[in-house]
This record gives sequence, C-alpha cells and structure tokens, in this order.
Amino acid sequence: MRHDHLISAAQLSRSDVEAVLDRAGDVADDLGASRDSCPGLVLGLCFFEPSTRTKMSFDAAAKRLGGSTIDMGSVESSSVTKGESLADTVRVIEGYADAIVLRHPSEGAAKLASEFVDVPVINAGDGAGQHPSQTLLDLYTIREEHGLDDLTVGIMGDLKYGRTVHSLASALANFEVSQHFISPESLRLPRSVRFDLHEAGAQVREHTDLEPVLSELDVLYVTRIQRERFPDETEYRAVAGEYQIDAETLAAGPDDLTVMHPLPRVDEIAPDVDETDHASYFQQAHNGVPVRMALLEMLLENHG
Amino acid sequence: MSDHQLRVSKIRNGTVIDHIAAGQALNVLAILGIDGSDGHGVSIGMNVSSDRLGRKDILKVEDRELSQSEVDVLSLIAPEATINIVRDFDVVEKNRVERPDRVSGLLSCPNHNCITNADEPVETAFDVISDGVRCNYCGTIIHEGIAEHLAVE
Ligand SMILES: [Zn+2]
Repeated sequence: MRHDHLISAAQLSRSDVEAVLDRAGDVADDLGASRDSCPGLVLGLCFFEPSTRTKMSFDAAAKRLGGSTIDMGSVESSSVTKGESLADTVRVIEGYADAIVLRHPSEGAAKLASEFVDVPVINAGDGAGQHPSQTLLDLYTIREEHGLDDLTVGIMGDLKYGRTVHSLASALANFEVSQHFISPESLRLPRSVRFDLHEAGAQVREHTDLEPVLSELDVLYVTRIQRERFPDETEYRAVAGEYQIDAETLAAGPDDLTVMHPLPRVDEIAPDVDETDHASYFQQAHNGVPVRMALLEMLLENHG
Repeated sequence: MSDHQLRVSKIRNGTVIDHIAAGQALNVLAILGIDGSDGHGVSIGMNVSSDRLGRKDILKVEDRELSQSEVDVLSLIAPEATINIVRDFDVVEKNRVERPDRVSGLLSCPNHNCITNADEPVETAFDVISDGVRCNYCGTIIHEGIAEHLAVE
C-alpha cells in the first residue's frame, strides 16, 4: 500500500486492500511476532466525537505494537470549545505524535487535517462521510468467511448517513461483488456514493425490503437507523421496525449467511441471532485490532 | 449581423461573451466580479433569440479581457458560451469555453456539515465531473444550479 494517509476507502485499490488484509492475517496468526514492531510509536487519538470501540481498538493496536497513545480527551475539556480550528489542533498534535487518528463530526475533516500535517492521518469517521479502517476490518471478516470475489452482499439500514456503509460499498467495488442496498426511501445511498459505484462499474441494486433478496445473500451487513434522522418518534418506529432482523427472519436465508454489524447495535439485530451461526459481529469487532496493527505498521513504513 | 445582436451596441475594445444560457448573465457578471463600479461600460442582453439555444443571454464588457481562470469559471455555468475578444471593433479571438478539471475558492459546499463550511483556513475545491462538480472534501456532488453556490460577495 502506497499511501501517506488513510482518508477514504475510495483511495484503496484492490491490491492495497489485499496487502493490508494479508498483513493483518499474519499479525492475527502470531500476535507475538508483531509485539514491539513499532517501538516508541506515539499515536495521537483525536476524537472530537465520542467513540469507545474505535478508540480502544486503535489504543490496543498501538500498544500491542510496542507503542503508546496520547489522547486529547473529551471535546468539552479541550481547547476546541474555545474555538480553536481543527487545522490548528492537528498542527499542534503533529508535534507530539507519529500518527494521528481522527474522529470528527464534519465530513471532510480528515482530508483537511491531512493537508496540514506531515504525519500519517487515519480517518476514524468523519460525520456521515467515511470510516475506512472499519471497512478494512469488515473486509477482513468477509474474506475469512467467504473470500472477496463471486459474492453477494446485502447492506441494510441507514445508507444515507452511514459512513461505514459508504466506505464498505466503495471498497467492495474493487471485487467481483454484487451489492444490494436495502433501506427506506428516505435513507437511500447519497448521490456521491451511487456515482462512484456507477463509475467503478459495480453491480448494484437498491431495495426497500430485505425479503426478496435475502435468499441470494452471502453477507448481510446491518446498520442502525438513528432516531434523530426522523421528525417524530412514530415515523421512526414505523420505519425502523421494517429493518430489524431476528433468528426467524434469517431462517429464510441461506444456511451460511454471515450477519455483520459495525456495532453498537440497538434493536436492529435481536439477541436470538447471537446464538446462530450467522452472527459474526463480535468476531468482526475483534478483527479490528490485528487489522489496525497492520495498517499502522504499513503507514509508518511508508512514512519512513 | 442580425437584428437581435444590434440591440447591444458594438464595442471598440473588450470582451463579448455570447451564448450564455438564458437567465445566467447576472451570475456570469457576479463570477467575474463585474459590477460597473470601475467605470467600464457593460451591456447586458437577456433572453435574446438564438438559433443555437432558442433564448440566450449576451454580455459586452468594454476595456476588459478575460483571464484563463475567469474563463474556466465561466464554463461551469455557461458551458455553451463563446468568448470574443474585440480590439478596435474587430473580433481578434473567438473561443469556446472549456471545462477545467477543478475549481478552487469559487463555490461553497451545499453540505452544511462539510468541514469547508466550518471556520477553517481552507479554500473550497471542487472537481469537475460528468455529473456536475464534486466537493474535494466531503464528496458532495452539485448536480444542478451550480450558480446558486457561488461564493462571490
Ligand atoms: Zn463539501
């Protein structure tokens, strides 16, 4: 992988993805071998928005590599509330850290940050934009279960604001994957994502119901529909209920269907799914650490 | 010269921008930052009939020749425009506009949650794509009504 920063899944070619996943596989096979592969690494965790899992996953990855992390703390307690710009914040942290992991509520924040610093910037979620390190662990999980070609993937839920969806769809376009998008009309994929998929020649279909496509799927990637996207509770209830799955729903699907979710889930996947062989979301979360270890190693190598 | 072109008088030196989509003449002036305050003559013809466009707008700006970057910008809202440079009443150059690959600092992003709309020290940048223009930061595509997003005062 020849990149200085990881801003968007769109920058990743098929060979970039394969290189990271191969490396992550090696790391996962022998966690001890990567221990201390980046001694002295100081990773800056800049989370302008709360995220327990992604932050802990990067924290664990840096520490397993023999490095350490520094954390700007919550936004409320930082100088951001005094009106400091993002450009200033990252330029200061660049002096403290060898790489920066950025989570920010505005789309394009990581791209902007990368223009102001020389250390690698990893986008850990920018508003409704992108979340490419999540995508790498999603792809790792899919590859473990099914391989990444000749595959049919269903992506369901909030496709409009779901950054994990935007990144995943874009990365899957590198492979022989038929993509089915299942969402309420009001939460369908944004024009920009549809444009990219079209340009990439991806096989894409959009649906409002899961039922007609369920039997074709190898993977069902579920995301949460957020209450705050709807003007009132009743409207949210009416829509969200349509996109919840349980063990009974999945009984109509293929036996080897893999169910994924970027977590945290609320009620879109019923707890009875956890007991089935379909449930892969906890394994998916565990895969975050070796994937992020591989990613950090590779970005730091590129950086020299 | 046909009748409708005579509605706007000939100029000695300057630029004639012809074949602007009907209704866009004032946006073109806004983009070029031309408001007449520098004393140069400006003639505007709106909704004049045109063989090619049906209805079109036409602008004549005296004593002013457009730079390449101004022409690039013009291409976004007036892709059919022709630019005639006039010297001593003669058209010495006649050019069609060409779409640039990217425009910087010209448009504001319609996505309110885009980092370029926060108080950050960056200029906007939009890639020109087949479908319109696309924000280089958040990826939002402006598909139509590009002129509404001009970041000119
Ligand atoms: Zn934008």
